[in-house]
Amino acid sequence: MAGILVVAEKNEGEITPASFELLGAARQLADQGGGSVSALIAGSAADASTLIAHGADAAFTSAAPEDSLAEVLLPAVEAAVSQSGADIVLISMSSLGRDLGPALAFRAKSGVAMDCTALAIEGGKLRATRSCYGGNARAEHTWAGGLQIATVKAKTYDALPADGGRSGAVSAIDAIGEARIKVVGVEKATAEGVKLEDAEVVVSGGRGLGDPSGFQSLETLAGTFKQAAVGASRAACDLGWYPPSQQVGLTGKVVSPNLYIAVAISGASQHMAGMGGAKNIVAINRDADCNMVKVSRFAIIEDYKKVLPALIEEIKKLG
Amino acid sequence: MNIIVCVKQIPDPETPAASFKVDEAAKKVIPAQGIAPVVNPYDPQATEAALRLKDADGGGKITVISLGPDTARDAIKHALAMGADEGVLISDPAFASIDNFQTAAALAAAIEKVGDADLILMGRAAADWDMGVVPAGVGQILGLPVVTVAKGIEKDGDGLTVTRVLDDGFQTVKAPLPAIVSVSNEFGEPRYPQLRQIMMAAKKTVQVWSAADLGIDTGASVMPLEALYQPKVESNVEIIEGDTPEEKARNLAQKLRAAKLV
Repeated sequence: MAGILVVAEKNEGEITPASFELLGAARQLADQGGGSVSALIAGSAADASTLIAHGADAAFTSAAPEDSLAEVLLPAVEAAVSQSGADIVLISMSSLGRDLGPALAFRAKSGVAMDCTALAIEGGKLRATRSCYGGNARAEHTWAGGLQIATVKAKTYDALPADGGRSGAVSAIDAIGEARIKVVGVEKATAEGVKLEDAEVVVSGGRGLGDPSGFQSLETLAGTFKQAAVGASRAACDLGWYPPSQQVGLTGKVVSPNLYIAVAISGASQHMAGMGGAKNIVAINRDADCNMVKVSRFAIIEDYKKVLPALIEEIKKLG
Repeated sequence: MNIIVCVKQIPDPETPAASFKVDEAAKKVIPAQGIAPVVNPYDPQATEAALRLKDADGGGKITVISLGPDTARDAIKHALAMGADEGVLISDPAFASIDNFQTAAALAAAIEKVGDADLILMGRAAADWDMGVVPAGVGQILGLPVVTVAKGIEKDGDGLTVTRVLDDGFQTVKAPLPAIVSVSNEFGEPRYPQLRQIMMAAKKTVQVWSAADLGIDTGASVMPLEALYQPKVESNVEIIEGDTPEEKARNLAQKLRAAKLV
């Protein structure tokens, strides 16, 4: 019997938004012939009912602590796969999912597609699409017959509204893994000022600024917005022009602000991997053919030194 | 403390997007002309972690393993120039187009053949496929605990204390040895090899092992790649015109206001 198992998660006592998105994804796959939808959660029977209201046909609970590491939760996932008969497992691309997906795959002698941006059932099989090469390429995978496991990028699918009329079986799973790795402390991230990842507006500069003083203009420009932060490309950080903590890109921060102003950044995949999710991109660059200009909504083709002072004044006037 | 560091050579992520091309029929990336492949940007941090742990421990050996074509020797040499002791290149025509899952099997076999490892370090993911599954895979195959996305690693009695980067903060864990730890960019700047170290690295041993040397058959892919392509970038860019830079700036500000972005 084919079916889909969703591994739901809790964080600080609440079921994560990404878990509900997974249920939304699973319902779409079920409509394409993926079979029934089950969900597993390290949580209570009440949590299980919530998952059913949001799209699961049945749910499993595990008594593992909600902050369990993958090795502790893994046996419960395997038991849920076996009890539900699922041949597809959907997991969030969370700190837990990052570890759980591959661990489950290697135990099942199958594969996992990480951070998927699209899923479909074709010919009764899962087909998963994911981004690779820093967003420059898309890869589509199927499975050679083993358990089809995918971790799903956050905000890829919409959650369904709760439907209290939905019902389904809830059962408890006792299987629990040995904790070889012990959690001894947790610290929530705190940052001074506006965190790069939380900023509504990000103003970033690259090697094309020519010298580190260019970042002063970027800071002034950022200062004209309410929730703005300044970022930098890896090249600019490597040159010591801006702190590595502000690097946006593959090996830096991943941001998805409403407005991203890229100043003198050409748009290599290293950088695009960190800001490709920005909703509106503005490029200021001398090269009209560079990648950043192509992906932008608005662009000014000009030496940034000639544009920024005027832009800062104009935006101040509007504010 | 004997440490094994796994490194990978990948196409340079700083390659301009215009030079990035995919052979869709072959489902392969076409190497960009004149742009040399580089060490996966997370891997020097793994090597740096190994060097700091060895220094703190006062002994042991660091072995660097890379799976790839002959050019992957450069990725090994980079780690040797940073201060690692020996290298192993896993190279075999049979491995030319294996996936992450087969790679994990080959690395696990090589780690066992090197033997006597207290700790295996890797970058958190390879920046080409960006899957991050190999550390977990090697852990499952060898039956070792796996701690991922580390920003700090310290020897702590018979085990390790590792600080991990979570989505919303940091987590400190204690793990027994032997273990596998994947290292994130938050670990900090890796040392930069000096010319003298680069020359010394040239004298260090790099063994080359084939599939037969490892006694493995990686078999068929468990998750076949059905398609690889470049997403169509529909450029809808509006180039802001103006006779002077000031006029362009004014016009952009007006556009941003109209779009409710200011």
